[in-house]
Amino acid sequence: MMTDRQRERLKHRIAAICAWLVAILFFFPIFWMVLTSFKTELEAIAVPPTVFFDPTLENFRLIEERTDYFSYALNSIITSVGGTLLAMLIAIPSAYAMAFNPGRWTKDILLWMLSTKMLPAVGVLMPIYLICQKFGVLDTRIALVVIFALINLPIIMMILFNYFREIPKEILEASRMDGASTFNEITQIVMPLAWGGIASTALLSIVLLWNEAFWSINLTSSDAGTLVALVASFSSPEGLFWAKLSAVSTLACAPIVVFGWFTQRQLVQGLTFGAVK
Amino acid sequence: MKRLNKLALGLALCTTMATSASAGELTIATVNNGHMIEMQKFTPEFEAANPGITLKWVTLEEGVLRQRVTTDISTKGGQFDVMTIGMYEAPIWGSRKWLEPLEFGADYDVNDILPAMRGGLSHDGKLYAAPFYGESSMIMYRKDLVDAAGMKIEDNPTWDHIEKVAAALTDKEKGVYGICLRGKPGWGDNMAFLTTMANSFGAQWFNQDWTPALDSDAWNKAVNFYVNLLTKYGPPGSEGNSFNEILALMNEGKCGMWIDATIAASFVTDPGQSKVADKMAFAQSPYSATKKGANWLWAWALAIPAGTKQAGDAAKFIEWATSKEYIELVASKNGWGNVPTGTRQSTYDNPKFQEAATFDEAELKAILSANPEDSTMNPSPYVGVQFAAIPEFQAIGIAVGQQMTAALAGDISVEKALENAQAAADREMKKGGYYK
Amino acid sequence: MNSTLSKWLQAPSIIVLLLWMLVPLSMTIYFSTVRYHLLYPERTGFVGWSNYEFFYTDPSFWPAILNTLILVGSVLVITVVLGLAIALLINRSFPGRGIVRVLLISPFFIMPTVNALLWKNMMMNPIYGLFAVAAQSVGAEPIDWLSQYPLLSIIFIVSWQWTPFAILIFMTSLQSQDQEQLEAARLDGAGAWAQFRYLTLPHLMRPIAIVLMIQMIFHLSIFAEIFVTTGGGPGTQSTNLAFLIFSQALQGFDIGVASAGGVFAIILANVVAFFLVRLIGKNLTV
Repeated sequence: MMTDRQRERLKHRIAAICAWLVAILFFFPIFWMVLTSFKTELEAIAVPPTVFFDPTLENFRLIEERTDYFSYALNSIITSVGGTLLAMLIAIPSAYAMAFNPGRWTKDILLWMLSTKMLPAVGVLMPIYLICQKFGVLDTRIALVVIFALINLPIIMMILFNYFREIPKEILEASRMDGASTFNEITQIVMPLAWGGIASTALLSIVLLWNEAFWSINLTSSDAGTLVALVASFSSPEGLFWAKLSAVSTLACAPIVVFGWFTQRQLVQGLTFGAVK
Repeated sequence: MKRLNKLALGLALCTTMATSASAGELTIATVNNGHMIEMQKFTPEFEAANPGITLKWVTLEEGVLRQRVTTDISTKGGQFDVMTIGMYEAPIWGSRKWLEPLEFGADYDVNDILPAMRGGLSHDGKLYAAPFYGESSMIMYRKDLVDAAGMKIEDNPTWDHIEKVAAALTDKEKGVYGICLRGKPGWGDNMAFLTTMANSFGAQWFNQDWTPALDSDAWNKAVNFYVNLLTKYGPPGSEGNSFNEILALMNEGKCGMWIDATIAASFVTDPGQSKVADKMAFAQSPYSATKKGANWLWAWALAIPAGTKQAGDAAKFIEWATSKEYIELVASKNGWGNVPTGTRQSTYDNPKFQEAATFDEAELKAILSANPEDSTMNPSPYVGVQFAAIPEFQAIGIAVGQQMTAALAGDISVEKALENAQAAADREMKKGGYYK
Repeated sequence: MNSTLSKWLQAPSIIVLLLWMLVPLSMTIYFSTVRYHLLYPERTGFVGWSNYEFFYTDPSFWPAILNTLILVGSVLVITVVLGLAIALLINRSFPGRGIVRVLLISPFFIMPTVNALLWKNMMMNPIYGLFAVAAQSVGAEPIDWLSQYPLLSIIFIVSWQWTPFAILIFMTSLQSQDQEQLEAARLDGAGAWAQFRYLTLPHLMRPIAIVLMIQMIFHLSIFAEIFVTTGGGPGTQSTNLAFLIFSQALQGFDIGVASAGGVFAIILANVVAFFLVRLIGKNLTV
């Protein structure tokens, strides 16, 4: 007969094992991709799959020889960070104003903002393409930065709005009594309090933009190509390509995955959405 | 005038030694296939021979590239100075005056380019794109398995014979499937193959009055044969197979026969990536009612979009990349077995090439026997073997391809699939204003 | 803060989004009423409703709408349920919890195109994919997932990517749950289910609403996963509205018809948004 305590401990242990199993299942495809990137093309399609093999760096060497990985990576960094910064710059004051001084239409405006994000990008490719062409900004990072900022603005607005609402109004009122200006209010009271939310929103936005595929492929050619475009240049040529594709995918995803790992605490901190009371 | 421009450009280059980066910089859009990747690697050689010109590459997978260059050229985007296009685009774009007509010096020996290729890339007798490499389709099969089964495959066998061989080679226990064919939907995927098959059953895409002819008996027979053949003797998952998927199966020793692009021959005979490299043999495509149009013709070619400011430099580059000298350059670096083929008679005449390539004769024969201007048993109004070179074809080919895949998957009957396909084609052609 | 200043602060975001929406939208609406085929630049002129009619009468139109809704609905249900379950599972500390957390959220950082290529070629391929190899090793007939169950496979692939997002958010919210309250409930004899139903779930309502909202925005226009894996097929079994527009606009070159499709997509998005907000709106501050 088990005591309650023992039963509790057993349950705990089973839960831990289950958690590990689920985690391994979730991660396995990524592990497999990284493993494949060290195989030859023939090993990559072998049946049954090879688990033990002589790892080769050949795929990475080929990528190095064919392309300039770092210029693609740099473009990815500039556009995803740039787009996020621009969007934050516009969103923070607006979300602040909406949260602390909501009007009759605030809810509707926010909903409308979200609905702009639901339009499939393919539907507006031609208009945007023609506009970029008119302004001569095709294949420039600036075009991507602006578009990235715009496509993420609605989500950033929503998250920030939710976050700002968590800040107790009394604190602001107290500071207002002390005669603080709105600028001071934002920089000295709201920002420090909302820092966690702002940081996680920015991190989430960077992740989403890093992986954005449609605009980065359609609006760039040689100068502003991001890592997504690099992957597209290795996908589905005539001939075997799984090992090379795995290698280039590993290279393209590695920075953001590692970034995500290191910032995960920060990333989740602000995404509690009002659960903290 | 053009020469004057060039002269002015040359003078400008001489006078200002510190030129801006964009002067003489060519942006080249190309497909990520092996031969183009090699071309990219020879960039230093080209730049050394042509001081003042630097090359920038945009390499993308086929589908994405096609979409990018089409958007660019039709909106006069001007993002590319040289574009890699196919035999489908060249005549259509040429007729729209979207491409600069190509004229080359005597050294280039334009008559050395195979006539079928020149024909397929021209409009009104003017060449609009220079072929970089070309291909047809043929049977590639496992000689060891066919011999062991006591069978034989000769040039242009009948489809009935192919079915018998497929039955004999299939050994599902061992994971060997008699025949592998494309099934993945797409005008350049399953429809490229299926069109050649239908051609050989006496079918065609459009009647003389441009009404779609997918409701004909010939299509019905061909598609029924195809579905039956692949269902019985093909690998599982044929609905998702196109060139690469089947290549992987073939190289793993899972397929007995494969009918596909001749370029595959260079992959399946490469010991570095194929387990069956020394067991392969080749034959001309099968037929049923006619040999006309039984094998396709395709070329990836280089073209200059009209209106580029650097037409002169672009022409220089195209002349270099499609010249005999380029082929020799590749041969000197990578060996004659790896040169781009299917474009020039002189390549096939070269004894060193004949020695290095085991498939050269079969490939040349297939290319020479294809005629885009006359590829169907009964007269048809369009140009192209495995496609019809009209703007509507891509949309039609995709819609029809989806239906054929659905029939192959057994979701709908062949009759229903062809009925849907006919309706889809009819919609597009009506919208295109071919008839009321 | 006075209301004038408030308006000034709000103005930039509203104006840029208005421009971002109105300019392409009005161009899209304009294009949808004219003849505009990339390969026929000489054909122009007003055509009224005929582009809409052409798009609407496409036999894949209704299947595409249905597929869009099934796709969004299934992914939402799967990711929320699975995300909740896993978040609860890792809520208490155990050896290696940090690593488990890192492994669990990783799929969210993978590019959708890479994700799709990975599943298509290495997992779901019926011959050399790992699923097929696993099936064969236990003597079962390998299943060709992408052609036999195309929509299901895509739902699976998308869920793999987005469940981590749900886990991420639920995990954080669970950490902030009032432990004393839970303990009190336990002492009062409340079972695990009752604790979950009456304490945890209400606590998580808002995060759930947010997860639904954000995901819905992304999934209504899912494209890369379909483009890479099934190409919308076989037949139209996995064609959604975004893919249908793509095949009209970029594969058929008909911008007029594609723009008409874009207008349909906007209408659908707003209809779905309207119902969703009704459904979960109470929990949303928006």
